[in-house]
Amino acid sequence: MSTVERYNNTAIALHWLIALLIFIAFPLGLYMSDLKLSPTKLQLFSYHKWIGITVLILAVVRVIWRATHKAPALPDSISRLQQLGSHVVHGLLYVLLFAVPLSGWLMSSAKGFQTVLFGVLPLPDLVGKDKALGHLLEAVHQSLNYILLLLVVLHIAALIKHRFIDKDDILTRMLPKGKNA
Amino acid sequence: MNYLRHTLLLGLLLLCGHVSALEFKQVLTNESSVTFFYKQIGVPLDGKFNKFAAQITFDPAKIANAQARLDMDVASIDTGSADGDEAVVGKLWFNAKAYPAASFVSTGLKALGGNRYEASGKLSIKGRTLDVVAPVTFQATGTRGIFEGGFTIKRLDYAIGEGEWTDLGTVANEIQIKFHIVVNAAPVKK
Ligand code: HEM
Repeated sequence: MSTVERYNNTAIALHWLIALLIFIAFPLGLYMSDLKLSPTKLQLFSYHKWIGITVLILAVVRVIWRATHKAPALPDSISRLQQLGSHVVHGLLYVLLFAVPLSGWLMSSAKGFQTVLFGVLPLPDLVGKDKALGHLLEAVHQSLNYILLLLVVLHIAALIKHRFIDKDDILTRMLPKGKNA
Repeated sequence: MNYLRHTLLLGLLLLCGHVSALEFKQVLTNESSVTFFYKQIGVPLDGKFNKFAAQITFDPAKIANAQARLDMDVASIDTGSADGDEAVVGKLWFNAKAYPAASFVSTGLKALGGNRYEASGKLSIKGRTLDVVAPVTFQATGTRGIFEGGFTIKRLDYAIGEGEWTDLGTVANEIQIKFHIVVNAAPVKK
């Protein structure tokens, strides 16, 4: 068992907060789109948009953290190829942390529904109202979400492999200090 | 000579801007619009009536005789989203089958000075009629005039949005209605 350097508390908090919000926003997005128009549907759309924009803000903070801190290196016990795979998946996840909420924001703008964060802070519309563009961006938002889902599945699969097959410390370095620290 | 005098006189009147010998009554519906503005969970939204008819008689020199009538086709409401357009004609919103038109019929016009007026009238929506007062401006260039104005209604006064939609936390009660009506004038026949 190799001991690896840990992520710091800021990185850990950001990681799990973003994960939690995505685990709420994703099923909420699926559920709400199929609802018949009702006050509940409008409320859920708002919550979804607010959670998504929060993810976007946290993603910015996270990238700033990442640009100013070095992530703990991967242990040598992990093969070159696996390290590369890990970097590719993490890189794509970072891209999607931006692309998914941005595509949602763009779609809402194109559909003519401004985003007013938490009902009080109006965000600028990124594009003008345009029905065709709105439809296109809806498909983009959906597709990016399915790519995100695929990557999260890979991410979790890798974690399970590390935990139960390789039995290394990859998971615990992203967990709050406690049992394993 | 007589003809020349008439032309000069008409020209003078037009120049004055205050075309008192003209009666504005030919509404150019294609250039006019009736729009509305409201808030949904803090989000400002707007829509318009794609179809409406307007009848106006307006002579700036004789505002006591001014008359206006607007009939909006409720089924032509454009909310900007397919979902919304479908819902809005339904029973809970405008119930377009039972009440196909919303109308405004003027009851009086007050001059407020300059190009400003105050129109009062009766607004009927969904079988309910209430008094409304709207500030209006009138701007004329030659024989073309533009009325611009608006007023705010409370949608629940007209039962616009019943059942679950009476919840004002989602769709606000205040609906601002704005109109922009372009009219052509003809010289008054004497
Ligand atoms: C982490 C961020 C986000 C995630 C994980 C996410 C996820 C999803 C998912 C899974 C759907 C359902 C797609 C489908 O129809 O199959 C969806 C729909 C939607 N999302 Fe997002 N979303 C996020 C951010 C945003 C943001 C920031 C906005 C807008 C500001 C937004 C606006 C929407 C809208 C309006 C729909 C419904 C589209 C429709 O059916 O009309 N999303 N989202």
